[in-house]
Amino acid sequence: MPELAAIAIEKRREDKRPSDAVTFSNVRYCWQKSSPFTLSIPRFALARGEKLLLLGPSGSGKSTFLSLLAGIVVPDAGHIDVLGTDMSRLSGGARDRFRVEHFGIIFQMFNLLPYASLIDNVLLPLRFSRVRRQRALAEGPLEEVASRLLEALGLETSIITSARVANLSVGQQQRVAAARALIGGPQIIVADEPTSALDRDVEGVFLELLFAQSTAAGASVIMVSHDEGLSRYFDRVVRLDEIAVGTRERRS
Amino acid sequence: MMIIRLAFQSLLNRWVTAILTVLAIAVSVMLLLGVEKVRTGARQSFADTISGTDLIVGARSGSLNLLLYSVFRIGNATNNVTWKSYQDIAKMPEVSWIVPLSLGDSHHGFRVLGTDTDYFTHYKFRRGQSMTFSSGGPFKDLFDAVIGSDVADALGYKVGDKIIVAHGVGNISFIEHEDKPFRVSGILAKTGTPIDRTVHVSLEAIEAIHIDWQSGAPVPGQGVSADEVRKMDLTPRAITAAMVGLNSKLATFKVQRRINDYQQEPLSAIMPGVALQELWGLIGTAETALSAVSAMVVATALLGMVTMILTTLNERRREMAILRSVGATPTTVLGLLAAEGGFLTLGGVVFGTIGLYVALYLARPFIDRTYGLSLAIDAPRPDEWVKLALIVAAGFLAGLLPAARAYRLSLADGMMVRT
Repeated sequence: MPELAAIAIEKRREDKRPSDAVTFSNVRYCWQKSSPFTLSIPRFALARGEKLLLLGPSGSGKSTFLSLLAGIVVPDAGHIDVLGTDMSRLSGGARDRFRVEHFGIIFQMFNLLPYASLIDNVLLPLRFSRVRRQRALAEGPLEEVASRLLEALGLETSIITSARVANLSVGQQQRVAAARALIGGPQIIVADEPTSALDRDVEGVFLELLFAQSTAAGASVIMVSHDEGLSRYFDRVVRLDEIAVGTRERRS
Repeated sequence: MMIIRLAFQSLLNRWVTAILTVLAIAVSVMLLLGVEKVRTGARQSFADTISGTDLIVGARSGSLNLLLYSVFRIGNATNNVTWKSYQDIAKMPEVSWIVPLSLGDSHHGFRVLGTDTDYFTHYKFRRGQSMTFSSGGPFKDLFDAVIGSDVADALGYKVGDKIIVAHGVGNISFIEHEDKPFRVSGILAKTGTPIDRTVHVSLEAIEAIHIDWQSGAPVPGQGVSADEVRKMDLTPRAITAAMVGLNSKLATFKVQRRINDYQQEPLSAIMPGVALQELWGLIGTAETALSAVSAMVVATALLGMVTMILTTLNERRREMAILRSVGATPTTVLGLLAAEGGFLTLGGVVFGTIGLYVALYLARPFIDRTYGLSLAIDAPRPDEWVKLALIVAAGFLAGLLPAARAYRLSLADGMMVRT
């Protein structure tokens, strides 16, 4: 069988454009081994530097899509290629390392460790990734880099140095989360409805600041949301049901 | 290093529950070490009571019984030793000194011991320390008494006070030797031994107060006055026991055998140290039970800690998800929780140990006064260090239990933040 596997890899490489940060090919994922629900994604690609909005109603599998993308879950079939690496071939620990090296992740809310300072929250990924740490160090002392990033995302200096996480507004918390996702220059920023708890006007400002920083770093951004109103900020909009098929097939 | 800092900060964030958990562990550690301290303190106290005495001789009985009534004033003699036997033993060439002990009377619940002045020079306690007088001196007159410091404190006696000795050893006695009062001639300095609770009189005085008695009661109409008794022959007919010092320790077994084989009277000679070992053997079971209970209390405290960590686990799933999203492996999460258990236990052990020493320092005078138990404030012994280390290790391992659960949760949740 190794020959067949080698051929399969060859074939996939042909499908893939070098400008793609992420490609999904014939991915199928089943939530529970006994459950009949599966999510199939025959083909999906995210280009380097691209800002992509993935639209879908809640419960449509957006979160599962992101979990697959970030290598938190492994597909039952097919391949997910991230920056030339087949995530499903990595061991659990290697996936964890790969994730922190190449992904910056922003959740819907409650992104921060309440007991750590803002700067420590931002620096968190650097403690797990040597590569991102080196890249950040190249820009200057780590605390300064974190502070500069927070300022660039519109946080005031007084807040950066003295505020506790619990005293921040949701909008401010999301900026800290964005800074954490961006620090050390990961190639892909993954955001799971990061603006759903924000007001309309704050939302726009947040996205513009985020994109300014991601563009400067040359990172791709993929964001999932159910809000079509966000479409104007993105290069490309994809509906989940266009690329994915949720099935109820019975498994034998 | 980073894991440890995060675990620490996370704990600080939940400081109320953390402090309560540390407190529970601290109290249990205090109990565990405290039981050990009291145990060794009690043993030391017992072992310190008699020193420098090679043999104790009494009527044939168990060695423990003889030790308890002669040295610790616990229980009563089964029989007496005749004066002739006492003198025979005293004449043995190996015997360096011999001190008679005559028990059976009391004063307000304190035992009265008839002896001679050699007692004050030959009786040694706490690794060879001799008795000293805090005031007055040994008895000179027939009706002089030397009292221990507890007797003086409890009854408020000074040198020169008159006291009346009662027959029998109960707290309340109905027959008193009221016709022959004693004068306090000296008060002994505190020794931390049963001496503190003893009234010492001369052997002749014991004889004198019983001279007009028969079968344990005064004979009516035949009373002999205190002045008349001075003219009579007060050579004792019998004593309760005797302490013997030998010229050479090497002769101990030989003399012991000779006394045990003494033909005229059934006698027992015991070595105090050996009898004490027998005592430890006897109370060892109770000590083990006590240690087991305190170990259980430590286990309970650790269980409480596990419960505490487990209950906070659900609200901390978000924390786990955040850490996972920035690259923490499930193993890091496991380490985080285990470190938390380790921290809490270490804190408990440190505070418990400090607390014990503070408590010892504060309670020592009271315990010494009330129970005659002098507890040593010394550094934990190697086996106590081992125990403390074992508790920390157990805490760390106990922390693995919620950690394993967090590990499973973080595998199942991935980065999905559940609220």
